Amino acid sequence: MSGLSTRERSAGAGGRASVTPFGESGDATPTGSPGAPLPPGIDLKRLAERPVVPLRHPVRWVITAVVLVLLLNFVQTLFTNPAWEWSKVGTWLFAPAILKGLQLTLVATAISAVVSFLGGIVVALGRISGNPVLSTLSWLYIWLFRSVPLILVLIFLFNLGNLYPTIGIGVPFGPQLELPTVTVLSSLALGVIGLSLSEIAYSAEVVRSGILAVDPGQHEAAKALGIPSRRQFTRIVLPQALRSIVPAYVNQIIGLLKASSLLFYVSLLDLFGVVQNLGSTYPTDIIPLLVVATIWYLVLTSVISVVQYYIERFYARGSVRVLPATPWQRFRGGVRQLSRRPAARPHESREVV
Amino acid sequence: MSAAIEIHNATKSYGDRTVLKGVDLTLAAGTVTVILGPSGSGKSTLLRAINHLEKLDEGYVAIGGELIGVTVRGDRLKERRERDILRQRARIGFVFQNFNLFPHLTVLENVVEAPIAQGVRAADARTRALALLTRVGLADKSGAYPRQLSGGQQQRVAIARALALDPDVLLFDEPTSALDPELVGEVLQVIRTLAGSGKTLVVVTHEIGFAREVADHVVFLDEGELLEQGPPGAVLSAPRHPRTRDFLDKVLA
Ligand SMILES: Nc1ncnc2c1ncn2[C@@H]1O[C@H](COP(=O)(O)OP(=O)(O)OP(=O)(O)O)[C@@H](O)[C@H]1O
Ligand SMILES: [Mg+2]
Repeated sequence: MSGLSTRERSAGAGGRASVTPFGESGDATPTGSPGAPLPPGIDLKRLAERPVVPLRHPVRWVITAVVLVLLLNFVQTLFTNPAWEWSKVGTWLFAPAILKGLQLTLVATAISAVVSFLGGIVVALGRISGNPVLSTLSWLYIWLFRSVPLILVLIFLFNLGNLYPTIGIGVPFGPQLELPTVTVLSSLALGVIGLSLSEIAYSAEVVRSGILAVDPGQHEAAKALGIPSRRQFTRIVLPQALRSIVPAYVNQIIGLLKASSLLFYVSLLDLFGVVQNLGSTYPTDIIPLLVVATIWYLVLTSVISVVQYYIERFYARGSVRVLPATPWQRFRGGVRQLSRRPAARPHESREVV
Repeated sequence: MSAAIEIHNATKSYGDRTVLKGVDLTLAAGTVTVILGPSGSGKSTLLRAINHLEKLDEGYVAIGGELIGVTVRGDRLKERRERDILRQRARIGFVFQNFNLFPHLTVLENVVEAPIAQGVRAADARTRALALLTRVGLADKSGAYPRQLSGGQQQRVAIARALALDPDVLLFDEPTSALDPELVGEVLQVIRTLAGSGKTLVVVTHEIGFAREVADHVVFLDEGELLEQGPPGAVLSAPRHPRTRDFLDKVLA
């Protein structure tokens, strides 16, 4: 209440009060611009009983109309311009070659997404840790792989056989276990490793920013309760960090999905690679093939976005008093309200859980 | 269970600023101690040193005869491993000024978290947690999330959480100063019921009335020095040190 009265007082002090004594400023405009006196003979008390007319937004309507007209013009060309060749799009969309490329894109993206998320957590923890060796190494890793373009990483990896004909592990300058590079790593594995190496650098920073966003009081409370360090992280800090990690990381995954098209340059046929190849075999079908690739990328991104919505909702538990309704709940609520319309009061707030 | 707290030569500096200047303090088992002092006098630092959330530069804290956070190594005190410190902290409950409940866990999950982490069976932890929530008057809120509760309710959950491991010692850092005035009473009431339960309570607070009524021992800190201590009747009604008198005049004004 006190807040309200303060606001009223300051509004009065600013000279914008609408209830000015009649005839004080002389030029009485009937529309009532700010500060203008009320026209005489108006019973404010009576007006106060009626709903206030909301402000109209004519410019918004004009912009909407212009955009709609442009959009409809474009949509029209989709039907009238024969170059789109929709029938060919239909046949290519589920062509076995395309589906195989799609599968490769999916597999490479999914594995890299998981690997780089886990790797990102490890590198982020390294950077945050008090151990100077670990944090310097983590910093160097991030610095290196954020600096080098992904395509360079991939091509480097595919020439690994030239650089290190065999790979092995062992005691430095001691006994070693060695295997030829080419047989150990298939080209898909190399592709996934390349994608992950570069992706880990980015996701480490995403994870780190999420961890930093958690209130330090949470670490303290967990410590004060004597919760073991690993559980402090997995049970208290990470779930809260995920709330800000998820949107940023999904962004990364979508970037990764499209970055996987670079695998084409190291002769792995992902969705984009297949389209590229088919395009040179069937030059007349280039446009429909590009449309097919676009459609599949759109589908994949849409699926990811829907999953993101629900993951975000899950990690929002406890951070808002009432979770917002899901689109489906909102839809059902809308249907219910329509069917009940005559009874529903306009300002009745519905509880959606 | 109860345990005496012994603090000897507690010394702590931040940079060239000394915030604890060799504090010596012995608190008998099962008593309630209130720590008073102006802002910045080192009350929180001293309290947090008791469960080793704050490391001392010199001196030690012992609870029930056991050194907290350090061990004797030769002729020096040496910091323990993090794992051992965490185990010691399970015997020491801590209640924060701004609650620090885990917002993504329900009230019940907040209370069972530490016992389950210590390996208590989930069903047992749950039974005990519900009993504790009943004790602080929040049994019906066990499924709620902290942000759905009022400040006073959140602080009562935080107290239940601190009690979940049945600690010997309970530390409160200004448990009511983040609360609206009308919610202070309900939290103080819960703390009052803990007095005489055998646990050793240490409370940093500006609630002089509470100190007078509940405390067995009152300690006055100023600029990192322990200026005065004694029973509330003495320290609060007839302070010997002018700075204690000054402070009480300001707080009670
Ligand atoms: N991490 C830190 N770095 C530097 N100075 C600090 C730090 N923590 C506390 N201090 C300083 O130490 C002094 C004592 O702080 P402390 O929090 O113990 O005071 P307090 O008595 O609890 O005060 P309040 O009543 O305001 O909570 C203060 O001057 C504070 O500025
Ligand atoms: Mg303090």
